[in-house]
Amino acid sequence: MASTFQETLARLRETRVWKSIFRRGPALTNRTRSLAVFGNLFLHFLPVKVREKSLRVRATYYLGSISFLLFVVLAITGVLLMFYYHPAIPQAYRDMKDLQFVVSNGVFLRNLHRLAAQLMVLAVFVHMFHVFYRGGYKPPHEFNWVVGVVLLLFTLFLSYTGYLLPWDQLAFWAITVGTNIISAMPFLGKYVRFQLLGGNVVGENALLRFYVLHCVVLPLAAVFLIAIHFWRVQKDGGLTVRDEDGRKKD
Amino acid sequence: MTPTDKPESGGAKPKQPNGEVSRRDFLNEIAFSALGVAGVGSAVVTYRYLSPNVLFEPPTKFRAGSPELYPVNSVTFLPEQQVYVVRTSDGFYAVSAVCTHLGCVTQWKPDSDQIACPCHGSKFKPDGTKIEGPAPRPLPHFLITLTLDGELQVDKLENVKPSQVLKV
Repeated sequence: MASTFQETLARLRETRVWKSIFRRGPALTNRTRSLAVFGNLFLHFLPVKVREKSLRVRATYYLGSISFLLFVVLAITGVLLMFYYHPAIPQAYRDMKDLQFVVSNGVFLRNLHRLAAQLMVLAVFVHMFHVFYRGGYKPPHEFNWVVGVVLLLFTLFLSYTGYLLPWDQLAFWAITVGTNIISAMPFLGKYVRFQLLGGNVVGENALLRFYVLHCVVLPLAAVFLIAIHFWRVQKDGGLTVRDEDGRKKD
Repeated sequence: MTPTDKPESGGAKPKQPNGEVSRRDFLNEIAFSALGVAGVGSAVVTYRYLSPNVLFEPPTKFRAGSPELYPVNSVTFLPEQQVYVVRTSDGFYAVSAVCTHLGCVTQWKPDSDQIACPCHGSKFKPDGTKIEGPAPRPLPHFLITLTLDGELQVDKLENVKPSQVLKV
């Protein structure tokens, strides 16, 4: 079976359609393999070669990838939840209840979204600790460390803005308390709070603003930064394994 | 002059012999300044756009009905306005029901004669002074007046001293 599959794939690679999509024929040498990775929009920010040691399975294996995988899960389940959700009062709460009790598999998707969100916060934190204790913030990785810290903040913002959307008591008071903490910021606090809530109280405007931030603004910004983050991992010389390899740090 | 004599002529600034600003530099500066002004302008316009001009929120100045509705030595919670109207033997005063800690709405507990916050456990006397908890300030008092037709009116934008009491 496997050989039949590989033969079919090899024949497919010779076709004009394949060459048109991937801009080249079969990648049989290391050079053409590298070019295939570089020439592909979806792969070009990944390293062409990875050292075997950095792929060894450990307790901290692939923490960044786990964070990204959770982000993808959240994007997919989030879009699916959007099909049933109106960011309006009191419809938002009813839609959330409908998802729980009426919509087929709604409770599954909602819980998946919520649990993945909580796991992503955890994964991002553990990823950060791992990078920190391995010295991943040292040159030439300083900039990517900063991008990572901003991504941590985006993860927390996404988590916070999503918290209001069920429009239950927990959501309402959490956002009331949270935005009052924001207003403690010197000088700018009350203006930031007013802009964030679109008013002085947590109401319709606040729900709509948090919805737009949660579903459009923050995810787009996160995708943009994630792309830079991955690209820099490759450009800065791959994953940080120097200490373990017994090589000298630069 | 051949290009080899002046290799920097490709994209570099042509130097003016008498130190004057060249036409290219002048136009560049004009263009980038215009871009900067447009950028700042867009930021200001967007900020103004995002600040709502009309809010559908409970009014800050409201009528609280006739004074006879409130018995002497009573604390009445007005849930829509988030204000306590307190009547003592001296007269009326209005206290905010919003906790000064992080903005939760407090509750009047008649059994213990206290105003209590459910979020983080602050407790206040009916005159707004703090008994315990994380609240940094006492609950503020609002201006309470009588309208011409004899109704109580509270203005939540006007803070008054706790000693100020409306005698009816």
